[in-house]
Amino acid sequence: MESFSLILAIVVVTALAFDFTNGFHDTANAMATTISTGALKPKIAVTMSAALNLAGAFLSVEVANTISKGLVDETGIRPEVIFAALVGAILWNLLTWLVGLPSSSSHALMGGLVGATVASAGFDAVHGGVLVTKVLLPAVAAPVVAGLASFLATRLSYGVGGTGDTEATRKGYRAGQIASAGLVSLAHGTNDAQKTMGIITLALIAGGSLAPGSNPPTWVILSAGLAIALGTYIGGWRIIRTMGKGLTDLEPRQGFAAQTGAATAILASSHLGFSLSTTHVVSGSVMGAGLGRKGGVVRWSTATRMAVAWVLTLPAAALVGAGAESVTDLGDWGTAAVAVFLVAASAAIWKISRREVVDHTNVVEETGEPAGVVTTAIAAVTPPPAGQIADGLTVPAAGELASAGLTTAGLTATIPAPAAEPAPAAPPAATV
Amino acid sequence: MKIDWAALGSVLGVSVVFTVGLVALFTLGINGLSRRERAAAQGGSAGLAVTGAYVCFAACAAAVAYGIYLIVGKG
Repeated sequence: MESFSLILAIVVVTALAFDFTNGFHDTANAMATTISTGALKPKIAVTMSAALNLAGAFLSVEVANTISKGLVDETGIRPEVIFAALVGAILWNLLTWLVGLPSSSSHALMGGLVGATVASAGFDAVHGGVLVTKVLLPAVAAPVVAGLASFLATRLSYGVGGTGDTEATRKGYRAGQIASAGLVSLAHGTNDAQKTMGIITLALIAGGSLAPGSNPPTWVILSAGLAIALGTYIGGWRIIRTMGKGLTDLEPRQGFAAQTGAATAILASSHLGFSLSTTHVVSGSVMGAGLGRKGGVVRWSTATRMAVAWVLTLPAAALVGAGAESVTDLGDWGTAAVAVFLVAASAAIWKISRREVVDHTNVVEETGEPAGVVTTAIAAVTPPPAGQIADGLTVPAAGELASAGLTTAGLTATIPAPAAEPAPAAPPAATV
Repeated sequence: MKIDWAALGSVLGVSVVFTVGLVALFTLGINGLSRRERAAAQGGSAGLAVTGAYVCFAACAAAVAYGIYLIVGKG
């Protein structure tokens, strides 16, 4: 592969990194309710989900092909644009993970692409109508559809099921929940691992390593599947806690109804051509199941924070993507600077996350409200969002991120020092 | 900008009907099994309920198989 240039290698690695964040961001979608109701032990749950994600990656290349063939004009796109888009998506994924909020990885990716394209080719290159029909409307529709389905199913189940709590009941709902969570994992593997395959294939085509119209090569399928499985296995425990415990309290029966509603809505939507984000579907169905039980409550404050994160996902990732694209435009050293910035910012976010570790040992702990960093950070993500997320990451955190940004600024000499009032897109955007 | 209300509507309809149907079937199946448990505790048996339960579970398994078929069939 002589035409396999450095920039291509960087794009491939970044795409795999995105795939990894996608995996650990979305473990919660399949497994949060299964873990919180105790149907599976946390480690077993993520292992199973990872295996099914990997299996799903090999099932088809259809989704990958829709991305790499025809969605964007292959001749016009440069690897740098894809790289910038991925930077935006990764940073947003990490940031929402830090504050424990589920948000759509697909929206982050689309946001990154939109931002990078705008910076590269101007506003005309983005179709506003497509944004509304493919992004905005599904984001509103998904929780409603899945929520309604789970709500009605939970109601019905408590209605006909009576109150019997025998051994058979517990075992039964446990098995049912595992089965529907497995379906969600499998569907996630086919959809999301393939998005990355599509991106890598697109980059390879754009860089001239592959003929236009090629299917993803085997090494791409394998590495994308492994990256998402590894991410899933490591587990975004913070998001699992929010999804499984933070939104509402679920009994096994509700968990089963929620997961079944989610699996059905995901399959129905992708089959009927009205794609819904897995994250939005699962959040909606968890809330629906929570409301379906008599006396069940949904913590609307958590739900509101999630909604805010969803609204911010696209513009925030777009801002970072646009910033990254304008810097990569300056030449090879610009690309290098963005790569350094990505690594530094990711390291900073990881370091902040260590202040209050959430892992498989304490993910289902009975804490009325998640404590420490998570609480402070989450509490800050309430409307009005502008300028508050960064502030909310606790003061030393903001300082650390600022210093990470300053390092980059020093490297490139073109990046303005972080503003006193960070932009709504939170630290990364404030520094690019 | 054209919003595909028909697709959205059918997604809503199919999701609600399938979810409610599946959960209902599964709940009935579990009811059947717990009836057997109670019957066994009292020394009796509940053949009909158990048969019904397995029919319900078989229907659920078929639905899961169809779901896997849909996932694979996208290829």
